[in-house]
Amino acid sequence: MNRLLLEGKNLSRDFPAGHGRKLHAVTDISLRIYEGETLGLVGESGCGKSTLGRLLIRMLEPDSGKLYYRGNAVSGISEKDFHPYRRDLQMIFQDPYASLNPRMTVRDLIAEPLEAWHVCGSREETTKKVLRLMEAVGVPGEFLMRYPHQFSGGQRQRIGIARAIALDPALIVCDEPVSALDVSVQNQILNLLNELQKNRGMSYLFISHDLSVVHHIADRVAVMFLGKIMETGYVKDIYESPQHPYTRFLLNAVPVPDPHRREDTVELLKGEPPSPVDLPKGCVFHTRCPYATEQCRNEVPAMRPAGRTEAACHYPGVS
Amino acid sequence: MEHNILEIDHLHVVFPSSKGETSPVNDVSLRVPAGKTVGIVGESGCGKSMTARAVMGLIHAPGRITEGEIRLCGRDLRKLSEKEYCSLRGSEVSMIFQEPMTSLNPVMKAGHQVEEVLRLHTDIPESELKQRVIDIFRAVGITEPEKRYNCYPHELSGGLRQRVIIAMAMICRPRLMIADEPTTALDVTVQAQILRLMKDLVSDDTGLLVISHDLGVIAKLCDYVYVMYAGRIVEESDIFTLFDDPQHPYTKGLMDAVGSLRRDAEVLSTIPGVVPSLAHLPAGCSFCLRCENGSDRCEKELPGLIQTGPGHKVRCHLMKEAGQ
Repeated sequence: MNRLLLEGKNLSRDFPAGHGRKLHAVTDISLRIYEGETLGLVGESGCGKSTLGRLLIRMLEPDSGKLYYRGNAVSGISEKDFHPYRRDLQMIFQDPYASLNPRMTVRDLIAEPLEAWHVCGSREETTKKVLRLMEAVGVPGEFLMRYPHQFSGGQRQRIGIARAIALDPALIVCDEPVSALDVSVQNQILNLLNELQKNRGMSYLFISHDLSVVHHIADRVAVMFLGKIMETGYVKDIYESPQHPYTRFLLNAVPVPDPHRREDTVELLKGEPPSPVDLPKGCVFHTRCPYATEQCRNEVPAMRPAGRTEAACHYPGVS
Repeated sequence: MEHNILEIDHLHVVFPSSKGETSPVNDVSLRVPAGKTVGIVGESGCGKSMTARAVMGLIHAPGRITEGEIRLCGRDLRKLSEKEYCSLRGSEVSMIFQEPMTSLNPVMKAGHQVEEVLRLHTDIPESELKQRVIDIFRAVGITEPEKRYNCYPHELSGGLRQRVIIAMAMICRPRLMIADEPTTALDVTVQAQILRLMKDLVSDDTGLLVISHDLGVIAKLCDYVYVMYAGRIVEESDIFTLFDDPQHPYTKGLMDAVGSLRRDAEVLSTIPGVVPSLAHLPAGCSFCLRCENGSDRCEKELPGLIQTGPGHKVRCHLMKEAGQ
């Protein structure tokens, strides 16, 4: 097992939802990310996966819970003391149209992190480094002085990736990095992320709603539902023998691109996720779970080993 | 005998741009036979939504239809006045939009919005309207229909909103329904529910045209598929032939891209390059710059749609006509 890089313990975060109510985005989540691995974080919209990603790199502060980076407690310390860690913790955003300043050239966009950290001695040196980064992410150097609007979505995402890797971080939080892209371009970006990881050895926290994408890129997977982690495990184990009923329903719901297998035989999950403002008592999944019992309605299940994965379910493996 | 609900022949839609005119829909011909679900698949900007809007009469200036025919059950839609079109939309042809959040009126109760369609297009007495709406809500799987009737859109979840949209589209039993990315905005577990509902939308004398970028959705719903690229149809075939034996290099590339992801290949297949801008299309095949086997001829001469098998047509110079 690789060394532990980042650990979140019992992280929770609420947001005000008006009328004095609270939206519980992340509730009591503990999570570990190891060096050099890709942890996939999957779940449906509103389940809190982006909030969790942001909590883990202190782009958001938790209401409670602790954060450890390479064994050092980094939650609760001042922004000034945390600052040196920022260099190691970077992010790639979902929308390559909104996440690049439209008035900056590619050169300035990619140089920004380098200049903020005084990585290079001179302007010329910075530009040289920018060109090397552009080459690494597959954007031709001749586009150095172009603006974001002159690029396609895929090219823009490459520029966002160049910014994220510029400081050789230890962890990149990738928040739906390919969701806005067409499938042929999406694969180019996934290949690039894999290649960069092979060459540079950083870890990814890969947040996505797309189960096929996570299957491809992740080493381990955490499945989220309504602010809680339902199941974690190695990607093979999660996809081949999911123990939590939610994981199984989620995997079954993906439409298979094969007309010979389109007959509807699988059982579908009924209804939709409950509101994160009024969380159900007990297991948060019990209102949609066909196997729920009295125990599920009253008692929050703890995360525990089940089959080859770990699941937060009173009846793991039930079907 | 099988008859067609929708027939489009050589449709051209043109928009002016700073670099001259662009054609988001370029010589598109397609058929939706009665009782069938037909799909248009392609990536963003390929013209699939614009084709649907043309059928609905929703191409607004400065865009315009310059050529071609659109016939709904034999009736030429291009000859209709705006007033005639209005009475057609909702009653004979209806549309299910992608965004259930923005395609409903936020200040009108869900039930009233569906009622409005009946009031416009039928002479059902006022006293029976509410019951009709509640019946259709039940038919599209809306739980507690009486309660939902009085809800505003923001009080409904995404899946329920999409069911309201579907109820609205089908309440007058239109001959043709067009679904433009009907599940793209939905979560995967809700998408599965809506897809199951949509499989049952078509009856013997109606047709459904589904527009999607998702080969999984197309595989699930459609009987026949058109593949669009840069404004043109590049391949058309029945669903099984298309997935078993894709012919056009672009279709193959798409299938490989999706397939390699599902197989979890070490390196995923991609289509090199990007979709060309509509303002800078090559004179020949619009895919030639991304095609491994593109030749001089491909760049200069536009390939026609060639029949390569029963009901299977491909727009590519590399193909041989069946029987040759």
